Amino acid sequence: MIQKGKAWKFGANIDTDLIAPIQALKREKPEEGYVHCLQDVDPDFAKNCRTGDIFVAEENLGIGSSREWAPHYLRLCGIRLLLAKSYARIFYRNCFNLALPALVCAETHRISAGDELEVDPLKGEVRNLTKGESYTCDTVPEHLMRIVADGGLLEHLKKKFKKAS
Amino acid sequence: MGQTISEKILARASGKERVKPGDIVTCKVDMAMMHDSSGPRVAGRRLDEIGVPVWDMDRLVVITDHYVGYDTDESRAIQELCDDWCKSHGVKHYIRQEGICHIVLPQHGHVKPGTFCVGADSHSTTAGAFGAFMVGIGATEMTGVLATGEIWVRVPENVRMEVTGALKPGVAAKDVILKICGDHGIMGFGYQVVEFSGDGVAAMSAQDRMTLTNMAAEIGAKTGIIAPDAKTAALLAEWGVPGVNPDDWQSDPDAGYVKRLTVDGDALAPQVAAPHSPENADDVTAYRNVKLGQAYLGACTGAKLEDLRMAAEVVKGRKVASGTRFLVAPSSVRMREQAAKEGTLKILEDAGAQILQSGCGGCIGLGAARLDDGMTGISSTNRNFVGRAGPAGTKLYLASPYTVAASAIAGEIADPRDML
Ligand code: SF4
Repeated sequence: MIQKGKAWKFGANIDTDLIAPIQALKREKPEEGYVHCLQDVDPDFAKNCRTGDIFVAEENLGIGSSREWAPHYLRLCGIRLLLAKSYARIFYRNCFNLALPALVCAETHRISAGDELEVDPLKGEVRNLTKGESYTCDTVPEHLMRIVADGGLLEHLKKKFKKAS
Repeated sequence: MGQTISEKILARASGKERVKPGDIVTCKVDMAMMHDSSGPRVAGRRLDEIGVPVWDMDRLVVITDHYVGYDTDESRAIQELCDDWCKSHGVKHYIRQEGICHIVLPQHGHVKPGTFCVGADSHSTTAGAFGAFMVGIGATEMTGVLATGEIWVRVPENVRMEVTGALKPGVAAKDVILKICGDHGIMGFGYQVVEFSGDGVAAMSAQDRMTLTNMAAEIGAKTGIIAPDAKTAALLAEWGVPGVNPDDWQSDPDAGYVKRLTVDGDALAPQVAAPHSPENADDVTAYRNVKLGQAYLGACTGAKLEDLRMAAEVVKGRKVASGTRFLVAPSSVRMREQAAKEGTLKILEDAGAQILQSGCGGCIGLGAARLDDGMTGISSTNRNFVGRAGPAGTKLYLASPYTVAASAIAGEIADPRDML
């Protein structure tokens, strides 16, 4: 489950209203709203984000509304892994439920926008290939990684109910 | 060592004798609530994808509040989808356009002390004012609850937040919670449960206490909770849950708290949180002379019947400043009717307030109360993040119903104590 990608760097207190603005949610097909993702912070984010990129932030990532569109939009933009110093609890759970591992890393301030990163969530290792540094991050509870491995809570439940029937 | 009310509830819900902070337990859900934004159109569709029925229709409540009353194609489509899903699945407790979910839910008798509840909305913490342990969850997680009736929970640490003394006239629960936001920050109690207690809380009305637990979401807490008392039991009886015995759901005197904090209720001045975070709270006097285009009394936080009464007390016999619009969206239809009957609404209208439909509206930048580009507003809602209540260039201050009303009259941020 090693994830290699380019870092997008954001600061502290990135809230879910910023990640999934209301204009986006109002659409009849809200899944198309990801083009508005973080537009008030970085208007080019949704356009330039590539599949496999890594989202790096400082404290309190995902505070505010429980809207699950927030991690969903990050995923639709291409983000496959998050690194932050701390998360809001609903957002944290939502990320794993949508198969987006959210890792707690105390050293995200050392990462700059555009750095090439290689992250091993099981070992709790972050390698910064651009800067030649490495950082540690918290390991993830096993039951959460099972959900990620299944492709998210929905797929996890489908599997579970299929087994049961 | 004894247990807190939260630990007792989680122990019961997970079928254990007792639980301790850090334990990961699986709880049976006593009641689940979802609304038109997160519910049928997301959680509901996903349940259908799995192909299993709702685990227990008696325990599910669906409420429409987020996209009500806006005459747009998107809003209509969302309402239709919600109606269709509830009908085709035989949802028993479907409450349409009666007001905001966190108010309507207890008002229709769905919140009971001692229960473990989940809601697909971050302010589900509100139900804690009635001694329920209710947490907000995301829509996919709600799918899991709908399918299984269970959810995993990491037992949180408990913080005891004691409000000492009595609040002065013109000061309300909103000021207490804004003060806590200001002192401890929006992640001040990450993953903890904040139990509000003390003389100050005991003296508050059962409705006003809902503002404390509502904004537990703004201090990072997993939830907020208040042990029920005779006032809680009386309000619950009025709202359809008779016979509550408060003694059944109290924290033990020797229960374990990681922190015991106090708010000095006697000394508390009205609070105002500056843009763009609830943690930018300070005494109202720090923000005098901020000119306002709009004052909004609304949301699950600040437009309950008692909030409307607070505002009426201030504006009675006065007029809203020219150049400032004063918009009032009562939290629920029943509360609007009560306010109309007792004359509270008339006092607000006579002062120049415009009454809007009950729903989330201005709180999430929808409908008539959306801030115009570049506008500065004050509001009794709970969040003032960039872009929430209007375009990114708008500025929103948060305050109590007293302060919002006083500011509507003055046309700038004003101290309600000067008008009472
Ligand atoms: S009024 Fe605002 S905070 Fe309350 S439920 Fe609606 S959107 Fe959420």
